[in-house]
Amino acid sequence: MTTATDTVSVTRDEVRSASKWLFVAGVVMLCIWVLLPIYFLMINALSSPEEVTSFPKRMFPSFDLASVTFFFKFQGVLRALWNSVQVASLTMILAIGLGAPAGYALSRFDFRGKEAFRFLVIMTRAFPLPLLALPLAIMFIRTGLDDTILGLALVHATLALPFAVLITFSLFSGIPVELEEAAWTLGCTRIQAFYKVILPLALPGIAASAVFAFVISWNEVFAAAVLTIQNRTLTAFLLQSLDVSPLPLKFAGGAMLVLPALIFIFAVRKYLFAMWGIANR
Amino acid sequence: MAEIRIKNVAKQFGAFTALHSVDMTIRDREFMVLLGASGCGKTTLLRIIAGLETPSQGEVWIGDRRVDKLPPRERGIAMVFQNYAVFPHLTVFENIAFGLRMAKLPQSEVDRRVKRTAELMHIEQLLKRYSGQLSGGQRQRVAVARALAMEPDVILMDEPLSNLDALLRLEMRAELKGVLAESKTTTIYVTHDQVEAMSLADRISVMNGGYIVQSADPVEVYRNPAARFVGSFIGNPPMNFLPATRAGTNQWTVAGRVVPGPNAPRDRIEFAIRPEDMRLGEDGIPATVRVVEPLGAHTLVTTDVDGSMLRALVDSDLSVAPGDHLSLVPQPDRVRWFDPETMEAVR
Ligand SMILES: Nc1ncnc2c1ncn2[C@@H]1O[C@H](COP(=O)(O)OP(=O)(O)OP(=O)(O)O)[C@@H](O)[C@H]1O
Ligand SMILES: [Mg+2]
Repeated sequence: MTTATDTVSVTRDEVRSASKWLFVAGVVMLCIWVLLPIYFLMINALSSPEEVTSFPKRMFPSFDLASVTFFFKFQGVLRALWNSVQVASLTMILAIGLGAPAGYALSRFDFRGKEAFRFLVIMTRAFPLPLLALPLAIMFIRTGLDDTILGLALVHATLALPFAVLITFSLFSGIPVELEEAAWTLGCTRIQAFYKVILPLALPGIAASAVFAFVISWNEVFAAAVLTIQNRTLTAFLLQSLDVSPLPLKFAGGAMLVLPALIFIFAVRKYLFAMWGIANR
Repeated sequence: MAEIRIKNVAKQFGAFTALHSVDMTIRDREFMVLLGASGCGKTTLLRIIAGLETPSQGEVWIGDRRVDKLPPRERGIAMVFQNYAVFPHLTVFENIAFGLRMAKLPQSEVDRRVKRTAELMHIEQLLKRYSGQLSGGQRQRVAVARALAMEPDVILMDEPLSNLDALLRLEMRAELKGVLAESKTTTIYVTHDQVEAMSLADRISVMNGGYIVQSADPVEVYRNPAARFVGSFIGNPPMNFLPATRAGTNQWTVAGRVVPGPNAPRDRIEFAIRPEDMRLGEDGIPATVRVVEPLGAHTLVTTDVDGSMLRALVDSDLSVAPGDHLSLVPQPDRVRWFDPETMEAVR
């Protein structure tokens, strides 16, 4: 009897320690998967061009800004960078301008086809961009939207919109209706109540989803490469000049792409976790 | 003048009817309590008066204006919500001043009213805080102060005390009663707590399943329930009901005894008596004691009468034990009768 329970408890302990080990290993694997490329990217971006091409690699960057300087002096980089900023900003405005009202409506009103609408919002992500790229390009050429900041921002806004809708939806749902109703009874119209009560409470979250839209546009490469020729964004520009450009340029460019995304995502992580229903501890 | 008249108001949510044709008048400066079990439609009725819900039919009048098509802000009401709804991004001062600023009152008047209502609710020292830095009771006070500062014709309150602990509830109850009596507003107060209702109300409207069953002053509601539901809902422990069969003209047999009663057009009706309206004596209702619960001043005795349950409050000096046989004599002027078909009182 005693031995039997002992065996059981031993195996249970073994299972527990095994699963714990598996968990730790998984976490380590994921961290390496994400962090190692970023690590190498940063080392090389912050090393001198000679160090980048030499071997063996250094473990710590020499904080030589030659690569970065070279990158910024490279023909067309600054223009592409400026295009990226414009497209991403416009995407952000479009995504929030359209997404926040939709999120508000979804959280506050009951209307026919609400569930279907929510499903459709997510479904927009189900069409692979490569499939849409050619018809889009033709349409854009016909309407004169091709190779313009606005045209690309429209496509990027389409990509960012589902996230904007879903994040703001959960944001507005988290604000008690009673606060709004109290504002109405205290003399507000629906619009005044929104500006005086709901917006101040939702603003940090809305800013977060705006940043997210910005990052989506900043990092998008396919549509940017297909739909622009002269007005390339940074991603498209780097892709185009990837095989002709020297290694230090690639690393510095890569770092330029990753850095804003990393900083922004880190700043708004709380709201992204909220969207996925994970408590931030 | 802010008399509230509700005419033939009904509300359907899809196929579900939350309110069936409610008619009701709340007099100017009256403290009206809507009392009823959970889900009977109290909040729905209150929200229709506030303008937060549109009635499926009927009219709502406040003073001499028909308001059921008006938005909440044009109705001259203020509302206190069950979860307080204190704005988290504003200080207590700005919360109380919110409606006053919307009404574009001059700063001096805003200051004066905020100061006065804050003093009234004893929250002067909290004016700089945010709602996150307040306790539940303090938030409650802010919510009431915010409503009072509007100096509205009508204050609507939806279970404002239900989230407070028992002691605080008692304290706030007395305070609210004093403050609202002084403010000269018409008040509609929703609760499912009958003690709260009895202690606050000028008049109680008892609701059940989307109907208003009885509107009367608290003692009347307690003494003369218009329907069986009212008797069984109000009073702790509630009214007792025993079956009665016709024994002759105005004579009814209850638990083997013949008692004088009403002249009802039925052969079977129900005899009703409150637990405190019976005493021990000769020739009463024969009851077998099942459970004895000493409550301090009284002892609650649960007995069995021919298979029906009968509860009586007796003096705590009396020593009774389960299994004892008692003879309970109802006080004749406190006996009530109900029709088991319509569930209404028979007089
Ligand atoms: N928006 C709605 N949609 C559908 N049904 C509703 C809605 N609001 C209320 N109801 C239903 O109407 C009925 C009355 O609701 P109401 O909130 O008025 O009850 P109540 O008397 O205030 O109850 P409680 O004491 O629990 O607050 C309930 O059965 C409720 O389920
Ligand atoms: Mg309610």
